Amino acid sequence: MAGHPTNTLQRLRSSETIYETNAATRDPRWIKRLLLTLSLSFFVLFLVMPLIVVFTEALKKGWSTYAIALTDADTLSAIRLTLLAAVIAVPLNAVFGIAAAWAIAKFNFRGKHLLITLIDLPFSVSPVIAGLMYVLLFGSKGWFGSWLSEHDVKIIFAVPGIILATVFVTFPFVARELIPLMQAQGREEEEAALVLGASGWQTFWYITLPNIKWALIYGVVLSNARAMGEFGAVSVVSGHIRGMTNTLPLHIEVLYNEYNSAAAFAVASILALLALVTLVIKTYIEWKAHRALDMSVQTE
Amino acid sequence: MLRSTSRVLPGFPLALGITLAYLSLVVLLPLTAVFAKTTGLSLQQFWDIVSSPRVVASYRLSFGAALGAAAINAFFGMMLAWILVRYNFPGKKIVDALIDIPFALPTAVAGIALTALYAPNGWIGKILESFGIHVAFKPLGVWVALIFIGLPFVVRTVEPILEDLETELEEAAASLGAHRWQTFRFVIFPVLLPALLTGFALAFARAVGEYGSVIFIAGNIPMVSEITPLLIITKLEQYDYAGATSIAVVMLVFSFTLLLAINGLQAWTDTRTGRKR
Repeated sequence: MAGHPTNTLQRLRSSETIYETNAATRDPRWIKRLLLTLSLSFFVLFLVMPLIVVFTEALKKGWSTYAIALTDADTLSAIRLTLLAAVIAVPLNAVFGIAAAWAIAKFNFRGKHLLITLIDLPFSVSPVIAGLMYVLLFGSKGWFGSWLSEHDVKIIFAVPGIILATVFVTFPFVARELIPLMQAQGREEEEAALVLGASGWQTFWYITLPNIKWALIYGVVLSNARAMGEFGAVSVVSGHIRGMTNTLPLHIEVLYNEYNSAAAFAVASILALLALVTLVIKTYIEWKAHRALDMSVQTE
Repeated sequence: MLRSTSRVLPGFPLALGITLAYLSLVVLLPLTAVFAKTTGLSLQQFWDIVSSPRVVASYRLSFGAALGAAAINAFFGMMLAWILVRYNFPGKKIVDALIDIPFALPTAVAGIALTALYAPNGWIGKILESFGIHVAFKPLGVWVALIFIGLPFVVRTVEPILEDLETELEEAAASLGAHRWQTFRFVIFPVLLPALLTGFALAFARAVGEYGSVIFIAGNIPMVSEITPLLIITKLEQYDYAGATSIAVVMLVFSFTLLLAINGLQAWTDTRTGRKR
């Protein structure tokens, strides 16, 4: 999905880009002005304005309405459920991502490409269908429905269903960040550690993990954003029980449909802030990766 | 299966075991359930469901708006990638970071924000309304929402290719007397094309299945502004499991075909740009 850190040393240097100092790659000034105007207008219109409107709508009726909306009991329970789903889904997918990347990047086996494609599958499944799948498995008429009701276990229209749906939609994030990185790093360092007498786990903790630390954090941050913001999949399995199975995005919908727009946007503003924090961390990690690359180029 | 040289490192059975078990439980088994559910239907029943007028109208809207949005994304996404790589301008780093806002912003938040903007009394809606253009609660609203969620795909697939492009190519073209436009059209664009198409296909794939950002702005009127994912939910709420699942199968088959096409496009990108995977 989002780009991997690429070698863009020139972008770190200010004033003119190397493209603008080179006569062969320099665009005429009017072209530059035209492209900047068009694309930045589009950027402001489609990406910046929706972000701004969240905050202006949230504060339309003043700070006290805003504070009341955020401290409402249903909002607080939605925050708790959102955090719970993310706290379970993200670490599960992180462990899976590390295992998958270890197998795929460090070993050769048949069907590797098929496996990578299968790991990517959840990205191409509509969130609504993701929810539907679990209803078909665990709903009252589903494959395991009668067994579950006999044993008094509720998954659909309950918290476990929400967690399952969240796990599905965030499934590939960490694996996708780690696989290409670990493939590029190869296995020489790990082999050296083993030759020097380290155990498998020692090799992993002291060699592999530090090497993949930033990509791992990157994947975790992205999957966390998706986990806390997922709407479609969670909507299908939740049943929208207020104060029970409403996550923050679902709570926004409930408030919005009750024409309580200020409260809906107040709750939305928490998630918009989360999105901004996510982008800040993401940018910081990319900046670190650029810098590491810059230094390795200089020492070459 | 294994080459002996790769046996030096430990942990292969454990790692692959975890991977396959987890993949099967979370992804493969649930997906199988969708396909298995439709086996209870005869082919005729299945066809009647997925080709009924209301369902076909929803395909037309979902696929049509998704294609239109992906086309807009291809055009402006390419332009944004160009200015981010080629030019310096104030606030460039902020623009670069905010390009990913559709990935990070929850779809429900995007949905209500876009609705507030494009509603008849909204900031943008007010202006468009005076020209007689209605966006919110109309099919046009679906298109706007899908443009929002698809933009980063094109920017982020074209950007790295543009960064890696050797300036020597353009220098050669210029020294041979090519105009800037000719250089772009015949030297740069062919290298970018596979990546542009990949970004287009990714944006399209995401847009077809999108739900959260669309339902608030769409109006959701059957036959007019009802997207396919919403129709699946509607059928599910009426306990029409067979109906919901049949439509889901059509969408899944389409998505998987597109996924294969995207894999092919990425391979093409790699050969065009001389990258190795």
